[in-house]
Amino acid sequence: MRQRWVRIVLLILAVLSTGIALAQSGGELRFCLRSDPKTFNPLLMADDASETVRYLTGGVLMRLNRLTQEAEPELATSWKVSDGGKTITLKLRDGVRFSDGTPLSSDDVAYTVQQLMDPALHSPTGDAFRSGEGRVITRVLGKNRITITFPAPIAGLDKLFDQVAIMSAKSPQKEMAVLGPYYVAENKAGAYLILKRNPNYWKHDSSGRQLPYIDSVRLEIQQNRDIETLRLERGEIDFINSIDAEYYDKVMAQNPAMAHDAGISLDAEFMWFNQVPTSPLPAYKKAWFTSTNFRRAISEAINREDLVRIAFRGRAHPAAGPVSPGNKFWFNSKLQPHPFDQKSALQRLAQDGFHLQDGVLHDRDGHMVEFSIVTNAGNKYRERMATMIQQDLSGIGIKLNVVTLDFPSLIERMTRTFDYEACLLGLVNTDLDPNSQMNVWLSSSDNHQWNPSQKTPATAWEAEIDKLMRAQASALDAKQRKQYFDQVQEIAWEQEPFIYLVNKDALSAVSPSVRNVHPVVLRPQVYWNIDELSLGSEVARNK
Amino acid sequence: MRGVLKLAAKILITVLLGGFLGATLVRLAPGFGVDEEELDPRLNQQSIVALRQAHAPESNLMVLYFHYLDRLLHGDLGISRTLQRPVRQLLVERFPETMKGVGLGLALGWTLGLGLAVATVMSRAWYLDLSAGILAGLLLCLPAAVLALLFVLAQAPARLILGLIVFPKVFRYSRNLLARSSALPHVLMARAKGLGNLRVLVWHILPTAAPQLLALAGVSVSVAFTAAIPVEALCDLPGIGQLAWKAALGRDVALLINLTMIVTLVTLVANSASDLMGNRFRRAEA
Amino acid sequence: MKWARIMAIAFLLVVSAASLLANFVAPASYAHQFRDVPDAAPSRQHLLGTDDLGRDRFSRVLYGTRVSLLLAPAAALLASVLAALVGGIAGFVGGWVERCVMAATDLFLSLPWLFLLITVRALLPLNVSPVTSVVITFALLGCLGWAGAARVVCADARALSQSDFVLLARASGSAGIRLLWHHLVPNLKPVLYAQFWISVPVFMIAEANLGILGLGVAEPLPSWGSLLRELESFSTISGQPWQFVPLILLIVVVSSFHLVLTQEELPV
Repeated sequence: MRQRWVRIVLLILAVLSTGIALAQSGGELRFCLRSDPKTFNPLLMADDASETVRYLTGGVLMRLNRLTQEAEPELATSWKVSDGGKTITLKLRDGVRFSDGTPLSSDDVAYTVQQLMDPALHSPTGDAFRSGEGRVITRVLGKNRITITFPAPIAGLDKLFDQVAIMSAKSPQKEMAVLGPYYVAENKAGAYLILKRNPNYWKHDSSGRQLPYIDSVRLEIQQNRDIETLRLERGEIDFINSIDAEYYDKVMAQNPAMAHDAGISLDAEFMWFNQVPTSPLPAYKKAWFTSTNFRRAISEAINREDLVRIAFRGRAHPAAGPVSPGNKFWFNSKLQPHPFDQKSALQRLAQDGFHLQDGVLHDRDGHMVEFSIVTNAGNKYRERMATMIQQDLSGIGIKLNVVTLDFPSLIERMTRTFDYEACLLGLVNTDLDPNSQMNVWLSSSDNHQWNPSQKTPATAWEAEIDKLMRAQASALDAKQRKQYFDQVQEIAWEQEPFIYLVNKDALSAVSPSVRNVHPVVLRPQVYWNIDELSLGSEVARNK
Repeated sequence: MRGVLKLAAKILITVLLGGFLGATLVRLAPGFGVDEEELDPRLNQQSIVALRQAHAPESNLMVLYFHYLDRLLHGDLGISRTLQRPVRQLLVERFPETMKGVGLGLALGWTLGLGLAVATVMSRAWYLDLSAGILAGLLLCLPAAVLALLFVLAQAPARLILGLIVFPKVFRYSRNLLARSSALPHVLMARAKGLGNLRVLVWHILPTAAPQLLALAGVSVSVAFTAAIPVEALCDLPGIGQLAWKAALGRDVALLINLTMIVTLVTLVANSASDLMGNRFRRAEA
Repeated sequence: MKWARIMAIAFLLVVSAASLLANFVAPASYAHQFRDVPDAAPSRQHLLGTDDLGRDRFSRVLYGTRVSLLLAPAAALLASVLAALVGGIAGFVGGWVERCVMAATDLFLSLPWLFLLITVRALLPLNVSPVTSVVITFALLGCLGWAGAARVVCADARALSQSDFVLLARASGSAGIRLLWHHLVPNLKPVLYAQFWISVPVFMIAEANLGILGLGVAEPLPSWGSLLRELESFSTISGQPWQFVPLILLIVVVSSFHLVLTQEELPV
């Protein structure tokens, strides 16, 4: 533990010192967005592109340090959580102004929070703060002090503010007046976005120079990932935030200095069986899918090591549960990935009356075991995994049909018609805190994928998870919360409603001309320290 | 005059019908009214309900279509749900890009196609004919998607692809046409009289082939326009084609109605123009 | 030109024979994953190397050729028959029938049929065998691919029905079906042939494109479409030229088809 801290401090020092040594103003940083941002309203942002824009332009009260995974002061110089986690009192930084010159005051914070919590807005960021019924009360205590009281305690309250970009209550530019390092200067839909440095940005480096070092950021809209990689090779863009394993290997072979593997990411790939009682599946299949033995057997019949080695070219790790080891605090280190063991799988199946007959598995009533797995079309990794699982399961006499569907059709089956048997998907985890997974685990929730919107928990273990998730959300002591959530992870490991397959590595490729880059596993992997990035001299880039 | 009016009425009815059928197809497709955002684990029950209800007004097809027509009469093309912007604005932004591509493609395709056709017919060299024929054949059997892929691989400008799609069609048709014209008695006579190649071409061959070449021009516009969709989607060119692809994946009704209408309109106008000119030519011949 | 045609026919025969006898010729099953050697280079065991999951590419090309070489022409045949029916009758009858049919074809050409394909996939049960799903996909493509050809056929039929010999036939008492069958159909044949051969490769690629939407051939069955999809991740394939074999095969096969046709039969 101690050693880790020493390492982190050293790393930060290294970051800062190189930053000072090499810091140069100017230049344009260029990278690609997958699509146009859907909105510039920071409270409504949910898609990747909008979140990138928010990260680069939005000023937040506190920032989750992507390296240390701790909250650090930004616009708020200090804060105090009180009243059992319901109230937070903030002190704002002096003399901060929006990009259009409007000064920041606690009225702006009050305005932002009121907007955010407006139930009619349906802000995903706002929903993360909604722990109970009732109104949120903001009390402005002075120009720079404000108290916010939520109707119910919120665990991990301070870190949630990382997602809340403060908006101006008075500026005529509305949401386009920002407090972050950049502002949106030009937007050519479908082609590019240009962000220019915010002349009023409050942050300065240790030598007193105003940040950020880089003058402007050009975000190219580029859907095709292969074209994106070609553009990186041609020097048309400076980095790719997340690359796939094949391309990583290629970069590694050509120019190792460009390839970065930040280690195991928070994202997980998993599959689950449809356990919805009202689904249109035949009763015998419902019986298979609701059986813990069946799910455990499938899990043990899948060779995760092979998935990692072949589908992900070794740039991933077998997954054990809902929390990746990349989430340093919340990961339950007692859990190990289920090992590949066909014999044990067949034993478990035998307990439920399944038996092999001429190499084909049959259930107690003689039904041949055949089911389909749906996944979203066009995702190379999922298609590969599904095909590999197909071969793995044929080893225990199960016939698996792989069906790829386009995303809207897939979601319709998952959330409306429940007309599917098994589904292979991934979860992009942006938040470290288990509260962000609340709606996945609560049996009453719509996002409780294997059996959503239950009136009462269908099984004893789901009831137990409900209880533990609620308990961790209302406990304030982090250690206590961790204990509760560890138990949730253990139940998930034991029952396998989600069969976790792999955690991918966070891979990125960065041109050597970008300085001070230290990619991390948390989003945004490469440019989390955008303030301190600079462009090398050899790339003063003949513009 | 009456003919033109009739044609305009026919085009209008077909375009409106096209919009309606397009909307029907989208409405009935699975995944209509489903948002990817629903899977966001942060959203609570109320927000998910609100997301789903946002689609309620779209679910009745007739209501949807008549609302659209009503707004259309007021010059409003509706708002794209997936891109959250007015459709009109999207079209205004994207149209020039597609037109640039189509224009460049047509220019390239015609220069190459007609140029080679004239060269082969006038020179009557078998090797030129054979090699141009093979090139055209090869390009004809390479569909747009594969061409796009090869272009990206070769790092060539993607806009030229449309030219290579138009080229073989122009070449084959105009070669045959010119060959036929150059075998006409009066052309043979002119040659026999000792007229130069250029003169024979400009004075005798081209005028006889002109009406059909014009008809071909109409067809080639619609060919280039329809090929633009896969090419733009694959090469990431910010034009109408890319928009259509995104709209299809997002089941964006407002956008798709308009795009279907535009494609119908272009196809119709191009084909009608070629039919009209073909008829006139036939009448003149008779 | 004669030798070229003979070569082309011979080549097509060899390819068809090899793919039809794939069960005997192929060194491995198209589905078996040799997990120790994914992405392998060509070797004695794997003539064309292996794909990303370690499946023998040569075997996959053989089986894929069978799927595409059987089904794409079948779809093309379906489309050509439909085109002949619609276009031929419209052109032959003429008048308002022709105008209506042509307007309908224009409309047909402009509609987003993608959604019909997606809908059909949704209506199919999930547990269908890959073979069934690919047959259905091609059948649908055939049903949707007739419109362009119909225009060409219609124009030709109209010209024919006004030509001297048809007038002569009419004058000598030939009418209706008899006229259609004995005088028009034989003369429409070249156009129909040409339309047929042109649509074969188009259907092959259409199937490949549908794969991206999950409507193509289901794993693990290969088709040229799914083999060509390997080329999509082009940023990483430059070092493995043998991945282009399916594409070259497609080009050579289609070019051979073109060669087998005489030059004049190719329309616009």
